[in-house]
Amino acid sequence: MSDISLLVLLPLLAAVGAATTPRTSGIWGLTATALTATLAVWLTLDVFQDGARYIAISGWVAPLGIVLVADGLAALMLLMTSGVGVIVAIQAASWGVFPSSCASKDAESLRAGFWPMWLATLGAMNALFLSGDLFNIYVAFEILGLTAVGLTALSGTRSALRAAFDYLSAGLAGSLLLLLGVALAYGAIGRVDLAAVPMLADTIAGRIALAFIVAGLAVKAALFPLHFWMPEAHSSATPVASALLSALVVKGALYVILRISIEGGAGMEALRFALAVMGAAAMLWGAWGALRATRLKLLVAQSTVAQIGLITLAIGVAGDNLQQNGLWQAAALLMLSHALAKAAMFIAVGRIAEELGHDRISGLNRKELRPGAAEFAFAIASVSLIGLPPTAGFIGKWILIDGLIARDAWIWVALILIGTALSAAYLSRVVSRCLRGGPHVAANAHHPAWRIGDITALGLATSALVLGLASALPLGLLEITAK
Amino acid sequence: MSEFLPIAILMTSLGVAPLILMMPEHASRLRTTVNLAAAILKLALVFWLTAVVVQGGSPDLRFTVVPGLDLHLQANALSVLFLALSAVLWLITTVYAIGYLENGVDRSRFFGFFTLCVASTVGIAMAGNLFTFLIFFELLTLATWPLVVHRGTAEAHRAGRIYLAYTLGGGLALTVGTIWLYALAGEVTFTPRGVLGDLAQTDSIALIAIFVLLIAGVGVKAALVPLHGWLPLSMVAPAPVSALLHAVAVVKAGAFGIMRIVYDVFGIESVQDLGLATPLALLAAITIIWGSVCALRQDDLKKRLAYSTVSQVSYITLGVALISPLAAIGGLTHLIHQGIMKITLFLAAGNFAEGHKVKTVSGMNGMGRLMPISMFAFTIGALGMIGVPPLAGFLSKWYLGAGGLEAGQPAVIALLAGSSMLNAAYFLPILYRAWFLDPPKDAPVGRNLGWMLVLPPALTAALIVAAGLFANAPFSPLGWTRFVVSLEYL
Repeated sequence: MSDISLLVLLPLLAAVGAATTPRTSGIWGLTATALTATLAVWLTLDVFQDGARYIAISGWVAPLGIVLVADGLAALMLLMTSGVGVIVAIQAASWGVFPSSCASKDAESLRAGFWPMWLATLGAMNALFLSGDLFNIYVAFEILGLTAVGLTALSGTRSALRAAFDYLSAGLAGSLLLLLGVALAYGAIGRVDLAAVPMLADTIAGRIALAFIVAGLAVKAALFPLHFWMPEAHSSATPVASALLSALVVKGALYVILRISIEGGAGMEALRFALAVMGAAAMLWGAWGALRATRLKLLVAQSTVAQIGLITLAIGVAGDNLQQNGLWQAAALLMLSHALAKAAMFIAVGRIAEELGHDRISGLNRKELRPGAAEFAFAIASVSLIGLPPTAGFIGKWILIDGLIARDAWIWVALILIGTALSAAYLSRVVSRCLRGGPHVAANAHHPAWRIGDITALGLATSALVLGLASALPLGLLEITAK
Repeated sequence: MSEFLPIAILMTSLGVAPLILMMPEHASRLRTTVNLAAAILKLALVFWLTAVVVQGGSPDLRFTVVPGLDLHLQANALSVLFLALSAVLWLITTVYAIGYLENGVDRSRFFGFFTLCVASTVGIAMAGNLFTFLIFFELLTLATWPLVVHRGTAEAHRAGRIYLAYTLGGGLALTVGTIWLYALAGEVTFTPRGVLGDLAQTDSIALIAIFVLLIAGVGVKAALVPLHGWLPLSMVAPAPVSALLHAVAVVKAGAFGIMRIVYDVFGIESVQDLGLATPLALLAAITIIWGSVCALRQDDLKKRLAYSTVSQVSYITLGVALISPLAAIGGLTHLIHQGIMKITLFLAAGNFAEGHKVKTVSGMNGMGRLMPISMFAFTIGALGMIGVPPLAGFLSKWYLGAGGLEAGQPAVIALLAGSSMLNAAYFLPILYRAWFLDPPKDAPVGRNLGWMLVLPPALTAALIVAAGLFANAPFSPLGWTRFVVSLEYL
């Protein structure tokens, strides 16, 4: 038993523990999340020092056995997941264990259902990041699909249940496509490990298989035009679940797309181009949706559609890493930045809705309530999402645009700029209402009291802001590859 | 020890802003203490830094964000020019703002973002490369938005939206131009005479495009026509914001950016070789005239002053674009002179609005009798703007004119004469009404102004006179500017 596989086993076993003893599930959840995060930090330091780790379970190596690979990219994703996970778990504990006024309805279901579901999600995502072959990835997605649907349905409202059902159907369709693709790949070249992807991309049958795989992943990543299930699911879930789904779960599929794309060599160029086009379309479509959204959570969910588009565009234009242009690193950095900012945003929205009693954007100007810390956190997270300096989103866009200019790809530059301007437009719809004052505030209005949610949201948003200045660390980590 | 001055000066605002933002609303004594202490400390540190720079030092701090991208703070003669301006005026405006918002709401938010704005200008002044400049330039955009919408009215929010659209749009252009230049030339450290080297010959088309993007980016803040639309609208903000930010910090950040781009990124030779100097000078000339013409048509006092800013800030651009040492001295000096003159006008205008609810030119009758000190300060500022000797504004125009002749552009003299006439046309009627007409019988009375509102404009008016009278002293704005220009042109 190696320490890497603990990253998968520990949360999965703890999930079983939490499910069987619901009364102590919060303890299981917090402890296991914290331990997993510690393991992820440990592994990252290890990778930093000694390079990528490569572990064949029970001694069987690829293409036959199960292989776990931890290179810089995988370590970064593990760190992102458990880091954001710890903060969101603290948030969930505060809402589930010490229920405040508005969340009390959710508290019961949160306590019973949240922890096992989250821990299984964590285990499945870690498995995804460490998997060295497509079949394992498929299995991890099966777990992830079910737990994510469970997280969506947690709040128990009618709309959440309907959204969860749509999510389940879409997830199953995605899994089918994925499984079909993996089977075709096995039929084509008899291998399903990621190292074999370039060989796949060299044959017609292999390319068809890859197209199926990427299509399945695109459903799971909610990539336009296969995102139809997502805005409802992310916006009707309970806030902590939305934070996990939007910040982390979609990253699982994006990670695999990125992995396949950078491993895939020159044979995948057409598929990459298709990804970039879909990404650009998603960026515009999501922004349009966010501009028209009337509910705050829906706006944030639509912005996820747009941000996934930006990340996919980056993956699509990056090419394979042999081209040494570092563009795929921009995609990874954007994923990290989006994870932090989006988690901050959903928690902040949860806090705002808790104070207001609703999340209608037009109703944010409430006379009796002055803006609070959560609204400030939302604003800082917006700065990250738009990609203004000095955030990690900015550095990511910088690297991306720098690389695109260097090869005169001005159309992509223009599309990214349009996406950026649109994101500023839809986010300022909310932030400008956070800046209410004067006649919009009654004389006896008060600031909302501080809650855990304000601190977690501010913490996540600030780290997304500061991460930009520390970008050398994640980028240095990404330099460490398995070969 | 002096190596850490840049970061210390930055932290006197950047570190203080979050503290102020988090202060409870009613803790006004604590807030005032922190505000004033920070402003005084910063002023002292800036004096220290000036001494270091005079002795030939140039404190330099670097932090690598990503390989090839450094956060770089560097204090040199040009940064000290802008730093001193913002530090002195910040202190004065803070006093004024404390008095102005005495019974206001959301003061923690106001002063927090106000301090953040000053932090941005400090960062802009000391940015050692284009990347660092860009970071603080965008921070300035974000930090000023809450101040523009501070009053919270629908009008304020509309102005805020337009402000944001203009400045973020400009920020995008600046970002793309910066990235493009980095892709072409590597790290763009500000260096006197530019960093382009041979690129001006090999990549001239790309460089012209980059120049246009960069100038458009900073030109929004410098309110170059046709990118000036946000400035008159944002006059909806409270008086201290209009005074410090829109007369000084934001537009000066833009003008300072133009200086950096022309002098320290492209270098005057490359700008000339690429044929970019004349179009820039023309744009400045158009802005000077157009701003003045628009100012003539405003009855709202603050809007008239705002259009006057549009016009006057372009003197700086003109001085830079004329490519002559004398014109450069005129332009750079005007960075300071316009700052102290315009802040005087705005602070006095704020006093008219607070003391007698007068917000229009037509309501200015008899103001000299109602508020003699503020009106006297206003008069000094207005005469300075027109360019009456020996006030500060005269010097700027003198050097600009001489520079025009030196550059072989006698048309500049005509431009300056025309502009001065327009200045007179929109300022003198105000002075006439205020000093020679009787106040209306039923003149409305606002609140009683304390010394915190009356003293600041009087102080800055004294600075206008001093900057003109003692222009030959070594540490006058003019003296310092000569020192700066000698670095670029020697």
